[in-house]
Parts: sequence; C-alpha cells; structure tokens
Amino acid sequence: MEQLIQQVVNGISLGSIYALIALGYTMVYGIIKLINFAHGDIYMLGAYIGYFCMTTLHLGFLPSLLIAMVLCTLVGITIEKIAYKPLRNAARIAVLITAIGVSLFIEYGTMFFVGAGVRSYPAMTGLMVQKISLGSTVITMQQILIVAVTVVLMTILQFIVKKTRIGKAMRAVSLDNDAAQLMGINVDTTISFTFALGSALAGAAGILVGVYYNSINPLMGIMPGLKAFVAAVLGGIGIIPGAMIGGYLIGIVEVFVSGYGYSMYRDAVVFAILILILIIKPAGIMGRNTREKV
Amino acid sequence: MLEIKNMNVHFGVIHALKGISLTVNDGEIVTLIGANGAGKTTTLRTISGLKKPTDGEILLNGRDITHTTAQERVKMGISHAPEGRRVFSTMTVLENLELGAYLRKDKENIPKDLKMVYEHFPILYDRRKQAAGTLSGGEQQMLAIGRALMGRPQILFLDEPSMGLAPLLVQEIFSIIRNINSTGTTILLVEQNASMALQIAHRAYVLETGSITLSGTGAELMQSDDIRKAYLGG
Repeated sequence: MEQLIQQVVNGISLGSIYALIALGYTMVYGIIKLINFAHGDIYMLGAYIGYFCMTTLHLGFLPSLLIAMVLCTLVGITIEKIAYKPLRNAARIAVLITAIGVSLFIEYGTMFFVGAGVRSYPAMTGLMVQKISLGSTVITMQQILIVAVTVVLMTILQFIVKKTRIGKAMRAVSLDNDAAQLMGINVDTTISFTFALGSALAGAAGILVGVYYNSINPLMGIMPGLKAFVAAVLGGIGIIPGAMIGGYLIGIVEVFVSGYGYSMYRDAVVFAILILILIIKPAGIMGRNTREKV
Repeated sequence: MLEIKNMNVHFGVIHALKGISLTVNDGEIVTLIGANGAGKTTTLRTISGLKKPTDGEILLNGRDITHTTAQERVKMGISHAPEGRRVFSTMTVLENLELGAYLRKDKENIPKDLKMVYEHFPILYDRRKQAAGTLSGGEQQMLAIGRALMGRPQILFLDEPSMGLAPLLVQEIFSIIRNINSTGTTILLVEQNASMALQIAHRAYVLETGSITLSGTGAELMQSDDIRKAYLGG
C-alpha cells in the first residue's frame, strides 16, 4: 500500500512533465492538424537553456525557468515561421516530414554546439533538497516544485484559452478556420501564438526535468516527446484537458511498470497503450467521434 | 456599395466563375439564385476574401479591395454568414456572438448590439450560455446571422439561410432578413429557395454554371417564364 502511494507520487511528478509537453502537441494539432515532431526538441532546448542559466549565469531556479520559457517561445515562433508557414497549403504529409527534419536539425544542431555528452544539472541546495516523509512515503521538494509549477502554468493556460481575446481566437481557428477568418481573426498570428504557448510549456518541462533527473543530453527530447504525443492521443488529440489527463495517466503507468520491477518494459507499455487506444477509442478519452459536416 | 467586375475564379483547371459582374446598391437586398454547383457560394467566398479570384475587380464603396485579406474586408464592413452556418460548436452562443465583434474597436457599443441581436432572435438570449453545437439547425442559422450582425456590417452576405429548415422557420428567417435590411443593412443573399428570395429581394441575378444569365428586379424575375420553369416549379 505504501509503495503504491509512493508510486503515485512519483507518477504525478513524471506525468506533470508529460502533460506540459503534451499540451503543446495537442494545441498545435488542434489548430493546424500537424503532429509537430520537433516539439520534444523544444523541451530539450528548455533543459539546456535552464542548465546554462543555472551554471554559467548562476541564476536561481525561477529566473532560469522564465528565461527558458521565453527563449523556447522565440524558437517555437521562429520554427513555425521558417519551416511550417510556407507549407500552409501543402499536403499534410509534406508538413509532417518537415517536422521530422526540423527535429533532427535541432537535435544535431544542439549537439554541434554543446557536444553529445551528458551534462548534469547543478546539485540542489537548501530548501530544494528537503524531503517530506509521510510514513514511508517520501515527497521530495523537487516533486512539489514540479507539480506546483505545472499547476500554475496550466491555470494560466486555461485562463488564456478561455478568457482572453487571443485565446478565443485560438479556439475559433481550431474549430473552423474559414469561419474564424470571416470574424476577422488573423489566422497566421493565432497560429504563431499557439506555437508560442506550446513552446513555453515545453521549455518549462525541460528545465523541470533537468532539476528532477539531473542529467540532460541533446537527444533527451525524443522519447519524452513521443510519450507526450501518446499522452495527447490518449486524452484526445486537440483537446487541452485531454492532454493534461493523458500526461498524468502515462506518467503514472510508466512509474508503476518500472516500480513493480518491469522497467525494461516501461516504454513498450506506453506504446501498447497507444495501440490499444487507437483500436478501442481512437478519438481518445475526452474525444467525441467527429461528426460529418453537412 | 459593392461592385464586382468581370471576376474569374478557378479551382485548379475548373473554371468556376466565368467573368461575372454584379452590383449591390446601398440599402438593397440583392439575391443570387441558381442551381446547386452554379457558383453562388464561390461568389460570396471570393468577395469575402476566402478564395482568390484569378482576375477581375472587387470594389467596395468605390475602393478596389481585390487584393486585401479576409480580415481587412471584415474591418471594411463585410460580414458573411457562411453556408452550413459554421458556428463554433463547442463555444457558447454568447462567445460566438462576441467573436462576431472580434475586430470592433468601439467596445462600449457591443452590449447594445448584443441586445439588438437578441431582439431579432429572442431564442438566442435564452440559449446564450449553451454550446452552439447543441442548438437546432434553425437556431444555429439564427446564431450565424446574429454573429455576422455583431460586426456591424455595411453589407451582410447570407449564404443559404433557409437550408435544411422547416417551412415555418424559413418564413420566420426571411421576415427577419427583411427587418435587418429595413434597419439600414445592405444584404447580398444567396438562395436555392428562389421564390422566397425573389419575394424579399429588390433585385436578383441568376447564376448558371459560373455565368450570370439573367438579372432584374425581384418582381420581374418572378414573372419570367424561364425562371418559373427552372426555379419556381412551373
């Protein structure tokens, strides 16, 4: 029982990371129907930016987090402008292939600049190494930090999407691009903004994972990127709350599988979930089967 | 107010609109009737900026808007309630209406216009907090028109407002269209229901496979033998 609670705690921490990445996948998919395979690499960049902020610049966690988010936002917008925007009317497969190209470019471009080796985040000190013990369940300060940052960011995201003018424009474009244009919504700006939001969240996830697992490398975005993609599909691709739920579910499942001694299979289980969901309920947990338009 | 000169539109190799010209004057209801596939919707979509014409000119109040974006045209006073309603289904009725006023700078007047839309369509007030996708077809059509009105258009495009509606509801929608027009909004109406459209229109154009074949006042076209045979059921 106690081990169960401990695994849930660990799963929620990991799930927060997946959820943050999955949100970017799902929002971008919602708005331009693109699986942005370069998204995991933005997360990797976030981890590196955080690393350099904390080591070279000796900044604290919060300023590093903000800088990582801002820079990732700029990278996301730039990628969209350079790589995807010229393909707005191209076949979807062309954009998808481009996304894979962008992903490889970022991975090996980063490797060129920082080397292929693994780097370690600076050791945490003071408050950050504290632990809270409840019986035999241990909650580390890092875990609390991850969950707290995630909750704050998700709340802000919900506010932006639900209440602000640009958020309403985002929803309108994702529901019906033509009708949105007829309202006078600038679709290009809205798409840029969506990439910006998604990239900021991925950047935050990157620095959080650096703090949590300590080690980072230029290819670290591949597997979490794919798993976050599974999370987005599991929750219902294009649906924001779905990405949150999917992220937490995948995180918890993965931790359980490793925690109970099958860590060799933890990746396989995640992809087995993808296959199952595609067979049983392709629209995802929160998704409705799309109706044909009249 | 609106003038189209010799507009051609292609979809790949298909020549959808073959040099059409039409005029809509201030305060008029002008209707464009014709069979399925004649190019009526394409005409509206091109004037709204969703589709680029191959050549020709679109003038709004004498100004050439052929090369402007859809967004700029909304700003200049064109509102378009598209075919099939196209309401934002998971957003509430109120959010849909607010999006209709997306570009407006005079935020202080928006509540007044909301009230005006609710007066035209009282049912929308009752449903204002409901997701638009849960509305009936007729209610969605009202929402699409109301949403277009929220932009305070100089000219309002209505694409098949009667499509899929019960006859009684069609009557109601058309009488509302006439009311909207009487408050000073110019209307370009695309309809398959030619008899209803001709009854309320000041002038009409007949579109056949991409060309305008006939034009005249609503009353004139109602009398025309060709029209009666082709569109009014004898």
